[in-house]
Amino acid sequence: MTGLETTVAILVSILGAGTPLVFAALGELIAERSGVLNLGVEGMMLVGAVCGFIAAAETGSPVAAVIVGVLAGAGMALIFGVLTLTLMANQVATGLALTIFGIGVSAYIGIDYTSVALPSISPVHIPGLSDLPLIGPLLFSLDPLIYLSFAALAGVSWFLYRSRAGLVLRGVGESPESAHAIGYPVIRIRYAAVLFGGAMAGLGGVYLSVAYTPMWVEGMTAGRGWIALALVVFATWRPARVLIGAYLFGGVTIVQFHLQGAGVEVAPQLLSMLPYLATIAVLVVISRDINTIRLNSPASLGKTYHPDAH
Amino acid sequence: MSPRPPAAATPRLALTGISKAYPTVVANDGIDLVVLPGEIHAVLGENGAGKSTLMKIIYGVTKADAGEIAWNGEPVRIDNPAQARRLGIGMVFQQFSLFETLTVAENIALAVEDSRDLDALARRIEEVSARYGIPLDPKQLVHSQSVGERQRVEIVRCLLQKPELVIMDEPTSVLAPQAVRKLFETLRLLAREGCSILYISHRLDEIKELCDSATILRGGKVTGTVDPRDESASSLARMMIGKALPVFAHGEADEGGEERLVVAGLTRKADTQFGTDLDDIHLSVRSGEIVGIAGISGNGQQELLAALSGERTSREASEIHFGGRQVGRLGAAARRDLGLVFVPEERLGRGAVANMSLADNALLTAHRLNMVRFGLIRFGEVRSFADRCVDRFNVICGGVEADAKSLSGGNLQKFIVGREFLQEPRIVVAAQPTWGVDVGAAAAIRQALIEMRGAGVAVLVISEDLDELFEICDRIAVIAKGRLSPAKRTSETSIEEIGLWMSGLFPEGPATPAEASGVG
Repeated sequence: MTGLETTVAILVSILGAGTPLVFAALGELIAERSGVLNLGVEGMMLVGAVCGFIAAAETGSPVAAVIVGVLAGAGMALIFGVLTLTLMANQVATGLALTIFGIGVSAYIGIDYTSVALPSISPVHIPGLSDLPLIGPLLFSLDPLIYLSFAALAGVSWFLYRSRAGLVLRGVGESPESAHAIGYPVIRIRYAAVLFGGAMAGLGGVYLSVAYTPMWVEGMTAGRGWIALALVVFATWRPARVLIGAYLFGGVTIVQFHLQGAGVEVAPQLLSMLPYLATIAVLVVISRDINTIRLNSPASLGKTYHPDAH
Repeated sequence: MSPRPPAAATPRLALTGISKAYPTVVANDGIDLVVLPGEIHAVLGENGAGKSTLMKIIYGVTKADAGEIAWNGEPVRIDNPAQARRLGIGMVFQQFSLFETLTVAENIALAVEDSRDLDALARRIEEVSARYGIPLDPKQLVHSQSVGERQRVEIVRCLLQKPELVIMDEPTSVLAPQAVRKLFETLRLLAREGCSILYISHRLDEIKELCDSATILRGGKVTGTVDPRDESASSLARMMIGKALPVFAHGEADEGGEERLVVAGLTRKADTQFGTDLDDIHLSVRSGEIVGIAGISGNGQQELLAALSGERTSREASEIHFGGRQVGRLGAAARRDLGLVFVPEERLGRGAVANMSLADNALLTAHRLNMVRFGLIRFGEVRSFADRCVDRFNVICGGVEADAKSLSGGNLQKFIVGREFLQEPRIVVAAQPTWGVDVGAAAAIRQALIEMRGAGVAVLVISEDLDELFEICDRIAVIAKGRLSPAKRTSETSIEEIGLWMSGLFPEGPATPAEASGVG
């Protein structure tokens, strides 16, 4: 392999490593913008991953895997929604429970699939463009789900800042009382946001188990759900910054793999910590401006809203 | 009944027998109310008289237990605010229902249904604001606006929906006097165009000046429907509180007292862009004197209060003196040990802890009165002190073991005032002491402030209520954009002058005349 090819291969693998985070964090961003803090991302990702994997193993169709994974993630989010939005349970406690539940249930339903291998998904080659040097392989012959993550980013940004529905969502997240007073169905809007968050977490999980490493391993998200949560906060609830954080995480992950492969004299456990540490450190530094935080953070985040309480 | 309107007109809104009970209180009990087209109709009553509940029922926020609503002669059910708006009912809230991190245009777009295009909406906003004389910048972010500007956003938002009835909940409580006059002009113009206005207030003079008729509530029942222009303030007050208004004893100022509280060149950058920088503030309050600071909220009051109470300490100890002692670097507890008491603006969260009993809340600041021995609480002392606060200020509550949050705003304020004043302070700092408190309780609190002064205490009152300041203060200063005007003797100034100063037009003040015309 030439130097250029190696570089391109590394960059493509960075995109791959960051993509599950892009999905999960964008979903959580929408949920949090509506004022709901769902700490169950890790659990929803795992359930999405295992259900998508089973669908792929049984049908051989990646499309079926994506659909099943998305529905599974949304199903988990529905449980969360019923508990916190209808029954008004505490969001933090419910989210933590959802993660624990997701870890357990995904391990259980995945027992028979731990040694199954999947064929990897063939990348999309865009004729003409994918033969260009450097940017050809980097931008025009990727896994289809990576293209979907680009579309998701564009879609979420447009929705939040250009569409009326996005304006309503931001309003609900900032002041559910005001939104209710001018006649918006706060609980229904929050349900929609939470379900979208679950679907995207499920999609992130499917990407991991079906495309990124086509196999199912118990607990294979390895804390990515938590990183996605941290990304949303440290990206101050802005989609573009989520993307930066996700690829930063992906980048350090890949670099430390290569360092381990090259036999660097550092304990591999320390190297494995690097992506988590580096991502959080960088995001904390770039987002410490108190004014940006106040302008972008949903003021009602994590607070249960009772429409009839006043 | 209402003497003015012709009998033939179909009422815009007619309520019959509206009742609403909450678990502990009957908020509305068989209320009848008729509003005619183009009429400005006052709903007058103390806190807890049921005004807010009634408005929430009309606007569909709350459902009535019994009674009927007729809109333009047709019986209707109003289940939610969206439905109320479709009928043509708009509301300008007392505590604003705006989204701080959005722009004016975005805020309005959220409430106006046919507003996909923000640029077109911005043009409509400018049209309406020009027509009714309500200046507004559609692109401004709401968090950077003053309270008066926010109210204009609410009003314009309401007008863009072309309402036939506008509910205004205590609209003048946040405005400078000049702005009140402009608001009244806008409301009269609206009424001439046929829009009805329900005007909620407990300010008798405003209602006499503005309204065509008034419905007076007391304890959830209608006690009278009158033409306020034919009534005197005291006859209205009698219907509202069931007795005559109390009168104050207010002797001459004691000029010879020592300087108890001195602020010398207090300068401080705001913590966030939402705050106001304090710029070289000088102030002195003598013992036996009440000094008032007027100003529209958001002009540095919060920052000044935090600096005085010790929530925010100064870098320079010399910026604040208590009776000759430099206290700028002392924290809140140390300043209280020196005889400061503080009545903050926010009752829940600063003045009292919502989920703690009144007795426990009393302990929080009054523990200095021998309530703790060997690190242990003397519960008997605490309870008897809390009982004294309740008795002395006639606090209506379910005993001193009741949670602070179970009290109405006015009653909790009376309790907090009692807790602070019964500690025999040397300096009192009170922020908005009667804000949202009903007439009777407000009078009791003002009387207590005057008694403090009589006992030789230095009293500083920061308030937006000019009538209140003129009633009780010996000297009045104005804060505008973080600068404090010189304090003038009350007898040598007027509401007009102080009102002008509130827009920054005072000697060495922050405003030029051109700027000031846009303020308020």
